[in-house]
This record gives sequence, structure tokens and C-alpha cells, in this order.
Amino acid sequence: MPRELHLSLALDGTGHRPAESLAAAHWTDLIGLAEQGALDFVTVGDSPAPPHDDSAGRLDPVAVLARAAPLTTRIGLVPAVSTTHTEPFRTSTALATLDHVSEGRAGWLVDVSSTEAEAPAVGGRGVAPAAELWAEVADAAEGAVRLWESWEGDAETRDGATGRFIDRERLHHIDFEGPHFSVRSPSNVPRPPQGRPPIAVALDVHDSDGQWELAASHADVVLLDADQPSTAWLARAALLRRAAEAGRDPEALRVLVRAAVDLGGGTGPGALPPAELRFTGAAADLAGLLADWHETTGVDGFHLFPTSAPADLPAVVHDLVPALRERSLFRADYTGRTLRDHLGLPRPAG
Amino acid sequence: MSKPLKQIHLAAHFPGVNNTTVWSDPRAGSNIEFSSFVHFAQTAERAKFDFLFLAEGLRLREQGGQIYDLDVVGRPDTFTVLAALAAVTEHLGLTGTINSTFNEPYEVARQFASLDHLSGGRSAWNVVTSWDAFTGENFRRGGFLPQEERYSRAKEFLAAANELFDSWHGDEILADQETGTFLRDAKAGAFVHTGQHFDIHGQFNVPRSPQGRPVIFQAGDSEEGREFAASEADAIFSRHATLEAGQAFYTDVKNRLAGYGRRHDQLLILPAATFTLADTDAEAEELAREVRRQQVSGATALKHLEFVWNRDLSSYDPDGPLPDIDPDVSDNHISKGRAQVRMYRDPLATAREWRELAAANNWSIRDLVIETGNRQNFIGSAETIARTINEFVQADASDGFILVPHITPTGLHEFADKVVPLLQEQGVFRTEYEGPTLRDHLGLAHPDDVRDERVAS
Repeated sequence: MPRELHLSLALDGTGHRPAESLAAAHWTDLIGLAEQGALDFVTVGDSPAPPHDDSAGRLDPVAVLARAAPLTTRIGLVPAVSTTHTEPFRTSTALATLDHVSEGRAGWLVDVSSTEAEAPAVGGRGVAPAAELWAEVADAAEGAVRLWESWEGDAETRDGATGRFIDRERLHHIDFEGPHFSVRSPSNVPRPPQGRPPIAVALDVHDSDGQWELAASHADVVLLDADQPSTAWLARAALLRRAAEAGRDPEALRVLVRAAVDLGGGTGPGALPPAELRFTGAAADLAGLLADWHETTGVDGFHLFPTSAPADLPAVVHDLVPALRERSLFRADYTGRTLRDHLGLPRPAG
Repeated sequence: MSKPLKQIHLAAHFPGVNNTTVWSDPRAGSNIEFSSFVHFAQTAERAKFDFLFLAEGLRLREQGGQIYDLDVVGRPDTFTVLAALAAVTEHLGLTGTINSTFNEPYEVARQFASLDHLSGGRSAWNVVTSWDAFTGENFRRGGFLPQEERYSRAKEFLAAANELFDSWHGDEILADQETGTFLRDAKAGAFVHTGQHFDIHGQFNVPRSPQGRPVIFQAGDSEEGREFAASEADAIFSRHATLEAGQAFYTDVKNRLAGYGRRHDQLLILPAATFTLADTDAEAEELAREVRRQQVSGATALKHLEFVWNRDLSSYDPDGPLPDIDPDVSDNHISKGRAQVRMYRDPLATAREWRELAAANNWSIRDLVIETGNRQNFIGSAETIARTINEFVQADASDGFILVPHITPTGLHEFADKVVPLLQEQGVFRTEYEGPTLRDHLGLAHPDDVRDERVAS
């Protein structure tokens, strides 16, 4: 019995219909379809970049996925949230709330805002070097996790006899102090259903040591860019080693290779989103490519980045997924309820 | 000819983290699980309410150095809940309190513009300022904002957010699929704001939303708060829900509008209001007393007395007399994260007054807190409550009410089933929504039309 692979998808590519991406139905239709294919999760990226011919601007990704949560029941919802200009307290509480409204399906694709355009638009700080921004991501992730865990799971006791709503011994001040921010109190949002919504980190083999360290120490899911199977194999081995060195169980890290795909929805050469593994062609052939990579590299699955999500997602769900199922490489249906369930990640204790 | 009847506006405030919410009632459900929010919002929409209102929590309250645990503790993030509720409602407005002290205009404008798109034009923003370094300990900005800077920052924050909302006019999107040309104007969204608190420039990346701008609420009651509301807000979340105080506030604020070139109908006054509904007025009075005793337990009474005394009173008997000892008037207050304590500007005088009241009526500590606390605004049968609400609105004590039930999430049911039909029969409350957006429900013009009107005049 072959090892099943994990499959997720970025919803950012809009092809040449960017105006539609401002309407809720654009997103809820896509996410509903992805759920029909039993995909592990979808991501919605973020960018402060000014609008241009391919982008109508971008809605807030947490809001987009919260809007879709009540209309779906299984698929994981993973927004990109930059830690550069946001308050770590807000990031943590927003993601905990996304986990509550989706009953355990939230994740967090961590990101930084490093462009010249963004810092002056938000104000408050100048453009910082990438190394500093990624170090801050590690702190923000640490702070977010501590806030999620600041409520023990059974803290709400509603004790009528004493009149106490909570057992306050089960709430903890986090007293986080970092070079860029500090957070003192417990979260306002009780422990999210998953305990910790999974943290995803995008990683390129050429990325800085700081980003590797972040992935090894904080990521539950690494979205890996690799041009060759051998590169992916080496990168995965290095990640697992570093995770073990950081005191983590390497079994609890999922490595998904990013693949830019055009299954007929693109507009010709050059339309593919940036990724080192690129594919243009029919879904059945993509199934073969993914199966080969999966077998030879040991990676856990793939994060597809279609040129146009509206144009390519039907082929993913109706052609690619069945082709993978024929090879016994993909689940026939969801077997769990939460994103951690889909990824085979244990729920943290507490 | 008599004045035409005013139409009443009604909204529902999700039960919050104060002692109005009776969590100990057997019917009380979760204040965190999304199903409670869905239930509450769908009840409000079934009753054709204008909007749902959510408060915001940025730090858990503490008293005497410990987390305050006698009321509901914790609440989900406002924006995320509102975005999710947009999926399970079609018409209901979605109003969220978002602080202007621990945020930047770009991110808040982007979130509200996103919510407005995702809800088809139903978003509203209650702009508040924060007051304490205690809350600031959870945020980068941290620290304390001096009183005089709070409103100047809030005003500039809103002005900057409005510049961002208005940076798209609504006609930039060409979306020509033949040529692949999306924007008519590549500089759409360009903005520059330079001021005392914010110095920002760039291109806003969310195109014009259905309402143009979210509906703006203001909640402060001070002189600056009232001026801020008169100049900038579409609605006020007020605390003056009695007839006399309501009329005084209403007249005061509406009379300020002319100074900003605005008409009386461009700012709605919507006080928060509680209610107790039963089959008869007598039963409602009895029920209201019971609810007050549930809301103020002996332990809660002692904690509320500490708001004034600013001392640990845990050794006192809530069923016994008030403390002989005087309040501690030092600045470092025993209660953290609670605006309420600022109401007692002269604690020594309040303590004196309360001791006299208690002695004259033979009240215990708990009796006193129950009697001096807020009683329910509307108590009675459905007929009595419908008549009273209508009288208040027609007498210009308000333009409607933001109702705060004490039971989560079912506390609106009886009001929806019994009071709303009576208001509809009297022709003072809608039987169907007038349009798709919150501005439609509230009778507020689209900001572009308001601007055109100001330019024309």
C-alpha cells in the first residue's frame, strides 16, 4: 500500500478575472469545490502590492477564509498573515477565532512584508532587512503559540456554587518579551479547537539560515520550493535533522513541494506563478509527475499554485484527484474533521 | 398635520463580558462557540433588525492583581466573527468595535473594506479609543496615550481611513478580458496622508466597497466625543436610554450637527438598552428583580463596591452593612481594564452617599449594588415594551435601541416573536428590509451622494 500524499492549493491566481475576486462567491465557490476534492487545505496569500493588471488588490485573507468557514465542514483554511506590521496579539487572536468559527480547520502561513511599497503605507516603521523580519516572525510565532496555549483546555468551569466562570489557575500570563514587541496577558480568545492551528512556512533551498531555522523550529508544514527531486530529498532530510536538533519530533513535520501548475487555465508561457517546480499540461500527466516526486523524494505531498484558480481547480478536483486515487495515493474522502487530522498531526496536549 | 411617525431602528448586542450576561442560567450557552453567534445573528435577522453589534476585547480584566472571574471571560476576535457571520446572514448589518489606539489606519481600513465586500455592503465600525497602559502591555505601541491626545489621534485615524476608503472612486475597474487590461487608471488607490499622528503614503489595495465607507459609530460621551460624533459619525452608541437623559443627549448632539453642515437625519442616536419581558407587567417586574439578583451575586456585589472603594473588600459580608473605612483615592486602581471605574470621579462622596442610602433603606452591600446599579431599561409585557420603545423614539429620546439580552444565545427570541410584530403593526418598524446594505436599513446616504450634496450646497 503506497504512502498517501497530502494535497493543498493556493487560491491566489485569478487569471484574467481579477474583478471577481472582490466578491465573496468567488472564494466560497472555489473553496467548496476544493472541499469536494477532499484537499487538505487551501491558502490565500497576502500582498501589500498596489493593484495591477493581474490583481484587483487583495481582500484581507483571514476575513476571506472566515467568510468561507461556515459554508464548508472539512477543508483546512490557511491565510497568509504577515508579522511585520501587525500586532502579534491580533494575529494570534484572529487565527484562534478562525479556528473557532471553522471548528478546528485554521492554519497560518507566516509571511513578512519586506517591500518598499508597504512600510510607508502602513507607517510606524521603516523598511527593515529581511533577516530582522524573519527573526521577528520566529518571535511572533512563539508569541502566538503561547497565547493559544495561555488557556488550558478546561479553563471554563462555570461553577455555579462559587460564581466563578473560569478556574483562573488554568489561565496563564505569557509575559513574552522580544526585541520588537512584548505581550503580557493571557489571550482574550479561549484555547482554539486544534490547540495549535498548524503553522506553515514557505521555504526555498536558497533561503537564509534564519528562514531554515524558523521552518525547523516552528513549522508544522513546510511549503518547499525545489527544482529537482534530488534537491527536495536533500532539503527534506536537512529539515528533519534540524527539527530533531531543535528538540522536535521530526515525524510531526509535513513537507509539501510547491508546484506552479497550468492545467489549461493559463494564458501561455510565462503565465505560471513563480515556483521552481512548474508544470503545464493535462491533469493525468501531472498525477504521474507528482507520483514520481512523491516516491523518489520522500516528501509528504504538494502545494499546487495554479495560474488561475477558477480555471484550473475543476481539473484538479475532477481529473487530478481521481488519477491520484487510482494510484492509491490520495484519500477517497476526509477521515477526520480538523486540519491536524488531515495532516496526521497530533493535537498538542493541554 | 401631525408629525409623521419616525421609523424605529433596532440592533442586537451579543451578550458581553460584564455582569449583564447571566451565564449561570441553565439556558445559557457558550459565548465563544460560533454556533452561538449564528443563532443570535439569525434571530436578529429573522426579526428584521438593522444590525448586530460586537464589542472588542484586548486584555482580560483584572481586579486585585487577578483575572476577574465572576463574569464571562474571553471573547473571539471581532473582525473574524463578523466575516464568518456574513456567510450565514443576508441582510443584517455587521457592526464591530475596533480600537484606534492599538492599530494603524491602513490595516483597519483594509479590514473594513474587506468586510464590506465580503458582506455585500453591511459593515460598520464603532471607533473607540483606549485609555490605559494596562491594555497597552499587549501591544507594540504599549504605553499610555494622554487624555487630550486620544481624540486627536482617533479623529486623525478616521480621517486617514476615510482617505483610504475614498482612494478608489469605483470607476477604475475596466476588466477588459479581450485586452487583459484590468485597471483604467494604474494609480488607483494612491494616497498621501501627513498629520500629527500619521505620515503615510502609497496605494490602497482594496477597491471601492459597496458602501463606499463602512457606517461609522461613535460611543464616547465626553464633550470631545460628542463633537467627534457630530462632525464624523453616522450613528452614536449611547448610554442614555431613559426618557429624560435620552432627550437631553439627543437634543444636545443633534444641535451640534448644523455646525458641521449636516442635517438631523445624518446622525442616528442608538442607546444600549436591556429589557425583561413577561406575559404581564407584574410578572415582568418580578422577573426583572430575579434577574438583577442573578446579575449581582454576593461576590459580584463586593467586587463592584471595590470599584468605588479601591480596596480589597473580600473580608466583608455582602449581606452585611457597607464598610466604615473610606475609599482609597490613589491613582493605582484595584480594577484594571474596566472603563466603568472612571464614572466615580469623587469616590469619597459616592461612598458617603451610598452609606446614607443603605442606612436609610436598611440595605446590605448586595442590596445597595442591586438598587444603585442599572435596572433593566424596558420591563413589562410585550405591549408595554413596544409602546414604551415607540414613545421614546417618537419623543426624540433616541432613534432606536441596541438591545442587550442577558441570555446567550436565545435572549432575543421573545422580543423577536412578541414585541417586533407589535411595532410592525403600529407601522413604526420594517416588515421587510428596504435594501441590501446597512446604509439602506439606517436611511443613510452613500458617501458619494453626501459629498455631491455638500459640493452642490
